[in-house]
Amino acid sequence: MARQPGHSIVARFSIEAVRCIDAAGRAVGPLPGFAADKRELAALYRGMVLTRTFDQKAVALQRTGQLGTYASSLGQEAVAVGLASAMRPEDVLLPSFREHGAQLWRGVAAEELFRYWGGDERGSDFAAARADWPVSIPVASHVPHAVGVAWALQLGGAPRVAVCVLGDAATSKGDFYEALNLAGAWALPVVFLVCNNRWGISVPVERQTAAGTLAQKALAAGIEGIQVDGNDVVAVREVVAGALDKARRGGGATLVEALTYRLGDHTTADDASRYRDSAEVSARWHEEPVARLRAFLTAQGLWSKDEEEALLGECHAAIEAAAEAYRATPPAPPTAIFDSLFATLPAALEAQRREVARRGGD
Amino acid sequence: MAETETSLVEAVRLALRRALAEDETVLVFGEDVARNGGVFRATEGLFAEFGERRVRDTPLSEALIAGMSVGVAAAGFRPVAEIQFMGFLYPAIDQLANHAGRLRNRTRGRLSCPMVLRAPYGGGVHAPEHHSESFEAMLAQIPGIRVVVPSSPARAYGLLLAAIRDPDPVVFLEPKRIYRALREPVVDDGAALPLDRAFVLREGDDATLVAWGAMVRDCLAAAAALAAEGLSCEVIDLASLSQLDEATLLASVEKTGRCVVVQEAPRHCGFAAEVAARIAERALLSLQAPVARVTGYDTVMPLPKLEHLQLPDAGRIAAAVRETMSYR
Repeated sequence: MARQPGHSIVARFSIEAVRCIDAAGRAVGPLPGFAADKRELAALYRGMVLTRTFDQKAVALQRTGQLGTYASSLGQEAVAVGLASAMRPEDVLLPSFREHGAQLWRGVAAEELFRYWGGDERGSDFAAARADWPVSIPVASHVPHAVGVAWALQLGGAPRVAVCVLGDAATSKGDFYEALNLAGAWALPVVFLVCNNRWGISVPVERQTAAGTLAQKALAAGIEGIQVDGNDVVAVREVVAGALDKARRGGGATLVEALTYRLGDHTTADDASRYRDSAEVSARWHEEPVARLRAFLTAQGLWSKDEEEALLGECHAAIEAAAEAYRATPPAPPTAIFDSLFATLPAALEAQRREVARRGGD
Repeated sequence: MAETETSLVEAVRLALRRALAEDETVLVFGEDVARNGGVFRATEGLFAEFGERRVRDTPLSEALIAGMSVGVAAAGFRPVAEIQFMGFLYPAIDQLANHAGRLRNRTRGRLSCPMVLRAPYGGGVHAPEHHSESFEAMLAQIPGIRVVVPSSPARAYGLLLAAIRDPDPVVFLEPKRIYRALREPVVDDGAALPLDRAFVLREGDDATLVAWGAMVRDCLAAAAALAAEGLSCEVIDLASLSQLDEATLLASVEKTGRCVVVQEAPRHCGFAAEVAARIAERALLSLQAPVARVTGYDTVMPLPKLEHLQLPDAGRIAAAVRETMSYR
């Protein structure tokens, strides 16, 4: 084959990786401005502890037959809390299914999350965060929604941003690439937060892709890709805040790859010991985000044993109360399976609705 | 208001223009719909009139087009997106089935999806491979969405306006074989036609012909030919496959006692089967003959040289009616 001599270099890339606090809880450099305020750090810590408390309760409810299959976010609390803490209330969150911490931070009630995971659609009718999306179960299928929302926000003219959270496995899917491509082409105000917890159920990320990072998948779409230590809540907040700020100023989309680890099973229906070495999991426990921030706060003299005990008690009480409210939720009427299907039920479905209503006592 | 002789594709354009003009939240987008005006020219002139903010070319990305429609609709707009040919709509089914049809229900009404996905569909125009498909029955089985198929310029205008104004998702399938095959007066008065309603296009007493899309024209031709033989056929255009207007269908069959259902899609599990089942469930005792189906065969849509074998025509339809009439 004849080839033209020479070539042109169209891009060289490196992927920036950001960390503020290391696994031992030590600052690795100057911290972002917000970290100078103890209240800010305490709020992040509380968010993560609340999330872990919620996860523990959800798993306990599932194990005792009081909740459906549940996806715990154990070990990934810093990703959810970090990204949510960087968002403004008027931004729009489009989560995957493991961002309970982000949902709680944004005002979704723990009781509502229990309802959803307990098998009740009313759990996605959030009383707060009304524009936020419910979880998306078909992997990556919500990434196109995020660019649609981002387009709407762009057309609306206010500096609002769509934040889409997806897992490492989602970056193998076509709809992910299609959405990323449009975000670049239309300079949309959207942040893609890839929560790389290293496992797509049983397949480790190295067997999902030959790409050295997931962040670099952004580059072919003409948008910025950046990595952040996903177990460092300060770094996650800082990096996502930067991406949000850029989007608000019209600078377009960013893909943030948060490097974390799924300490638990994929869901309560999964047994990770079938495919994952327990030594790996044990090692990863030394990097987990809650203990990391606690170590930092303690070393800085910002956190006392009393404060810790008070926080644990407060979170425990809040989650217990939410679980109690969930358990006390009256059942939905049988006709609920039709009543939100359309704005107005088509006449063609009225007979089926009547049949369900009649069967109500079954 | 002046009536103008209008083709079906022009009627689609009139409805899109009317919708863009009357509602600022209406957005038209898809592959080649802006500067090029769409490969069938359905969106011609809209980009020039309304600008890129409202009428926009997307990348070649069907799953994305459907998915971003869900997103932008839930965030307050009324997307009217085009899939260039129905054969390329398969990647969009994920979004229709998993999201568009479910969003209102799964959020108990908090978020909703007032979107329209338009696609030219069907055979008979000697198009390349994958450009002549009709898998409307797959779409009609998805809960929470409507599937609407016009069969004339006036119905294209009125039904598309209804689809755009509807608060829930609609797939709007345009029979491209008759995009320009017939013209009729269309008044651009902004009047929508009702969804979920069938149209009785010709009244008759001996047999009921049921069709949608391009096949309606063949049914009307068959009915005209059969009239010369002294057979009086009623012709029903279902127009809305979901939600199906069972009452109009059953009233006709109860009157005639005989029914031929026509579709160009393959026979097995096609929408004609649903029509036949409804009649069997609700009007069996009115029947004087088995319900007949005239359909495509259960094979891959042939390339243009042989596609005439696959597509029902007035001759096959008339033959089926005569067969039906042989039951005494």
